[in-house]
Amino acid sequence: MFWRSTYNEFIKIAAKPRSYIGLGAITLIVGIILIAMKLDGMMYISFITAPFEQSLAFEGNILNGNLMAFIILQMLIIHIPLLIAFVTGDLVSGEGAMGTIRLLLTKPISRTSILLSKYLAGCAYTLIILLWMGFMAIFIGKMIFGTGDLMVLKSDGLVILQESDISWRFFYGFLVAYLALVMIATLALTLSCFSENSIGPIVSTMGIIILFTIIGTLDVPLFDMIKPFLFTTHMAAWRSFFEDPLPMDQIINSITVLFVHIVVLLGIAIYKFNKKDILS
Amino acid sequence: MSSSPEKIVEINHLVKHYGKFHAVEDVSFDVYRGDVFGFLGPNGAGKSTTIRTMLSLIKPTAGDLKLFGKDLLTNRNEILSKIGCIVEKPDFYKYLSAEKNIELFARLSGVAVTKKKVHEIIEFVGLKGREKDKVSGFSHGMKQRLGIAQTLIHDPELIILDEPTTGLDPQGIIDIRNLILQLKNERNKTILLSSHILSEIELIANRMVIINKGRTIVQGSVTELLNGQELIVSFSVSDVQKAVQLLQSDSSIKIESTEGNSILLHISQSQIPSINKRFCEQGIDVFSIETKRKLEDYFLKLINN
Repeated sequence: MFWRSTYNEFIKIAAKPRSYIGLGAITLIVGIILIAMKLDGMMYISFITAPFEQSLAFEGNILNGNLMAFIILQMLIIHIPLLIAFVTGDLVSGEGAMGTIRLLLTKPISRTSILLSKYLAGCAYTLIILLWMGFMAIFIGKMIFGTGDLMVLKSDGLVILQESDISWRFFYGFLVAYLALVMIATLALTLSCFSENSIGPIVSTMGIIILFTIIGTLDVPLFDMIKPFLFTTHMAAWRSFFEDPLPMDQIINSITVLFVHIVVLLGIAIYKFNKKDILS
Repeated sequence: MSSSPEKIVEINHLVKHYGKFHAVEDVSFDVYRGDVFGFLGPNGAGKSTTIRTMLSLIKPTAGDLKLFGKDLLTNRNEILSKIGCIVEKPDFYKYLSAEKNIELFARLSGVAVTKKKVHEIIEFVGLKGREKDKVSGFSHGMKQRLGIAQTLIHDPELIILDEPTTGLDPQGIIDIRNLILQLKNERNKTILLSSHILSEIELIANRMVIINKGRTIVQGSVTELLNGQELIVSFSVSDVQKAVQLLQSDSSIKIESTEGNSILLHISQSQIPSINKRFCEQGIDVFSIETKRKLEDYFLKLINN
């Protein structure tokens, strides 16, 4: 019954027009970035390399597909949560707003199974969004700009990664980025269990991300204590795979924090969904 | 030897509180196999809360709910697999077709449902030709029909219809009523029907319960409950004056009023044949006898008391 329910959830997501907004937005944004970089990318590169030109000589295809993929991932990882929350925040509350939750919960399947079906479908949607972004950034980027070494600008210097040393970094980087986005999907789904309208959970999810991001950037001693536990602190953990050597402790810590957030939030969602009286 | 009919629904002393608000205070009733059971009460009486509790949409504060002889809280899925329902208005996924909606809910009903079966059910409720259309373009009446199709797709033993005729035009009400009678007569379904339209319950239900302010007021056979009641009966006769003179001497008959060729009497049902006979014996032609608002009067009397 669980898989039947999950199949239903896939059908619903696939049939909803809002599900395609995310794919369309990514296509548009990545397209604009790629075109802009094609037209004026060298100026952007010289801005990055300027501080180092006294001591280093840059050769080869610096403005390449790998750099494009890195830039795009860095830019969009902040905005993709909105696209994820737009769909996953609607998974439960949307049923309430539409009234279909009354029929859904009178079927001989447990509420936990229904919620987990929705969650699984939401995670699959998140994966599709990320894969689409990866495809657009890496494959289309390489088609337009070719390939080459990756130059990563850090606060304390510049890391040059050889072309042959990049693919696995993108693979693991995307896996950790996926974990961060699944965490966002879990947050949106949990908030969705507390709401009867679609907008509330989406706005609340973004509000929490913005609030935590602000807390993360403020240099206040009180906030320093909680920063390590905020999920927003670990959302950019994927970048650690583009450092040399890899900061493994930092990566494992981020994965642990994100995973704990997912488990706790999912537990809250299951509890709330099972206790919920359907009054709509 | 006759065996007593099987109880399909047994609700005993159901209570549901939301904080200080007491939605249901003490509701008890039984539904037997084969019943068309009327569930009546004014707005806010607790009908929808009771129905939602029966379907595990709401958790009861106290009370016992047994369906098919089993406790709802511990046998939820088994019980729900035998129930088809519409709770208030039938809402569907507007972005999907009628056919896809039915398939979607059928998939969760625990039975294998073929395309052929889906099309048969859609035809049964009179939506043939519209199965590929998106529900967003459906009228309220069509959604009600689709709602009934959804209740039938897994061939349930008990059908619960909460206000199935709300918002329908007169033709829609008749259509839904006929569908309910078809379900009872052709498919032997047990039906629990909540409705504000009392004449509808009177026409199709064999048993009923009336609740008010969250409490059961009365339950039993519709005929038995109403037979003990006085009715307003309209006799259309050839000579109203003569009819009035004839009945005035009888203290057991209360003449309500006269109107054109009609005389309205407040009498019990058992008095109708004798009055008709007396009119005929006195040469007064009787063109029609009409019982007016029987259940409505009974209902209002109970509620107002």
